[in-house]
Formats: sequence, C-alpha cells, structure tokens
Amino acid sequence: MNQILGLFSNVQNITWQSVVMWIIGAVMIYLGIRREMEPTLLVPMGFGAILANLPLSGAITQAAGEIGPLNWLFDKGVANEIFLLLLFIGIGAMCDFTPLLANPKMMLFGAAAQFGIFFTLSLATALGFDIHDAASIGIIGAADGPTSIFVANHFGSKYVGAIIVAAYSYMALVPIIQPPVIKLITTKKERRIRMSYAANHVSKTAKIIFPILVTIIADLVAPKSVALVGFLMFGNLIRECGVLNSLSDTAQNTLANLITLLLGLTVAVKMEAASFLTVETLMIIGLGLVAFIFDTIGGVLFAKILNLFTPHNKINPMIGACGISAFPMSARVINKMGMDEDPTNILLMHAVGANVSGQIASVLAGGLILTLIK
Amino acid sequence: MNSEFLQSLEVMGLGMLGIFAVTAVLILVMVILTKLFPVKK
Repeated sequence: MNQILGLFSNVQNITWQSVVMWIIGAVMIYLGIRREMEPTLLVPMGFGAILANLPLSGAITQAAGEIGPLNWLFDKGVANEIFLLLLFIGIGAMCDFTPLLANPKMMLFGAAAQFGIFFTLSLATALGFDIHDAASIGIIGAADGPTSIFVANHFGSKYVGAIIVAAYSYMALVPIIQPPVIKLITTKKERRIRMSYAANHVSKTAKIIFPILVTIIADLVAPKSVALVGFLMFGNLIRECGVLNSLSDTAQNTLANLITLLLGLTVAVKMEAASFLTVETLMIIGLGLVAFIFDTIGGVLFAKILNLFTPHNKINPMIGACGISAFPMSARVINKMGMDEDPTNILLMHAVGANVSGQIASVLAGGLILTLIK
Repeated sequence: MNSEFLQSLEVMGLGMLGIFAVTAVLILVMVILTKLFPVKK
C-alpha cells in the first residue's frame, strides 16, 4: 500500500503557484483553440506553461538535476537567436512588398506607428524598470513576436516570458484593440475618406533588388539589426526571385511551422511560476497594451498631419494604424472598418502597403534600440 | 527624475528620428528602383 502511495508522492510538491500557471496555460490553449487567437503559438505556449510547471517536471532543468529538454532547446535555439532568425526567413517569404513598392509613401506609416515602442520604453523607465528591461518591454509594440523575443533576449531581460505572452496575446487582439482607439481619434468623415488606387505594376527586377538594398541600408544605419533584417529579406528574395519556389514554399510553410512549434514550447521555460507570477508581469501586460495603443495613435495622427499638407489628396487616417506590424491582421481590420463606414470604400491595398512597411519598420526599430542602448 | 528616464527620452528622440531617416532613404530607393526598372510593356 505504501509503495502505491509512494507513486503519488509528487502530489505533495504541487504549489498554488503551479496551479495558477496551469490555469494560465489552459486559458492560452482555450483562446488558441476556441477563439482561434494565434493558435499556432498560444496552444504550444499554453501546453508548455503546464509542462514547465508540473512538480519536479523532467521537461525543465531542476536544481542539481539533468538539463531539461526545454532548457536545452531554449539554449540551443532561442538564447542564441537561431530559431528567431530562421522564423524570419519564413516571414520574409510570406511578405509581398508589391503594394509598398507601388506606393512607397506608405512606408511613412510604418515609421510613425513605431511610436508606441519608444513611448512605452520611457513609461517603463518612469515606472522603475531599468533601461534594458524597459527597452525589452517597449519592443512589445513592434507587434512582431520574433523581434520582441530577439531584443528581450539580447538584453538578457528577466521578463522574457511575460514579454512573449504579452506580444503574442496583443497581436491576436489587434481586432479588439485598434478599432476603439481609431474611433476615438478620428471623425466619421475622416474614416470615410476614399483613396484612389492606381494599380502601379512593379517589375520583377525591382522586387528582387529591393530586399538586397534594404539589407545593405539596414546594416549601414543599425548594424545590430542586420541579422533580423537580413534573414527577413533573404526570405523575401527567395520568394521573389522566381527560381526558388520550392524553397520559398518550404520557408513559408514547413520551416515557419516547425520553428513556431518549437518556439512556442521552448519559451515556456521562461514561464516558471517563480519568475512569472509577479507584480512586474502584470505591469508588463499593461505596458504592452499601452505600446499597441500608442502605435495606433502614432500612425493615425501622422496620417492626419500629412492631410494638413495635402488637402486635395487626403489619406484615410485609419491607414496610419496599419503601420503597426501585426501582418496581415491589421490590414484586414482597417479594411473592414472602412467598409463598415462605407461598403464601397475598399482600402485593402493601401492597408497592406502600410502593413508590410510596418514589418520592415518594426525590425528596424528593434535594431535601432539595440544600437542606441548599450 | 531618474537618469534612466532621461536616457529613455533621448532614445525616443533619436529612435524616431532614426526610423524616419531610414524610411526617407527607403522611399527614395523604392522610387528609384521603380523608375530604373519599370514594367516592360
């Protein structure tokens, strides 16, 4: 009898903190499956959160024990940034920069909508976080999971777990976060502004040279960003060159899925109860929301300012909000908002142009932060 | 006012300035690329 009871002796190692983490993991799985919110990440992350918080879990390194497989994966894939860079090849292969090349001024919104990153960075320092942690928190506003992990990891932030959860959760919540913010700072008349779209075709040569030039420029301005930008643009090059379709398909699907799967599980090592269940985690969740809100405000207000100078060729200010990365979710949200205001007003191509520019700008913002903060 | 907050304001200023500067260069590159390599009719 005692031997049978001994089999369950690990039950006494369960703590209330572990149970809270199981609940958090279960909520993430629920949101991923039932609400289809970023399921490719929330489901593995949710399961990983449970796995990492089981009493004496063999999946993670225990004190004076063997190295757990999740810790090993984290060290070999995330800590050295390899998973993130490989994922960026896949993201680059998914991005079509044609709408941006056809209408380059959309790039301005990608720049303006990074305001939330820097605003949140300052706010976080004002709340007492040190500058490296504050930068890691601010980069949640990149609305781009891999960039957030890359920067937080680079600075060795102890809040990586909370930052990842916030970054991916808010990316999934873009359809809930952006509309009320946009409605608050725009009038109905502004939201109904029509924008003509001249389907400017872009040559294949331009599309091939573009990723190469972007990589070179990124290196000249922010050398620390060139790994991220370079892998992103390499992915785009194999998409556009026309002779590597099989590699492009692999990068977009197999590679991106495999890395996402491993990344989701692996980051759970940063969600151990002892380091995750803190007041700082709640603050980071709140600051992440601030970053997304001020990204949106930055993009929209910049479009409104531009309209002051171009009264005969106005931009629908909602397009500015697409400069937040979160591709392609944000473009879809803005197109839908435009159609809700006027069913005949199609903003999709403009929105996609601004949205892919956000993808480039968010990576550049990450690189600039790495360059500006030693 | 802590020194890190003041440093963060400097990062905000330089960061936004930097990102708009790079954006201006990228817009220029895009315009030149599409002019140099137009779609063949």
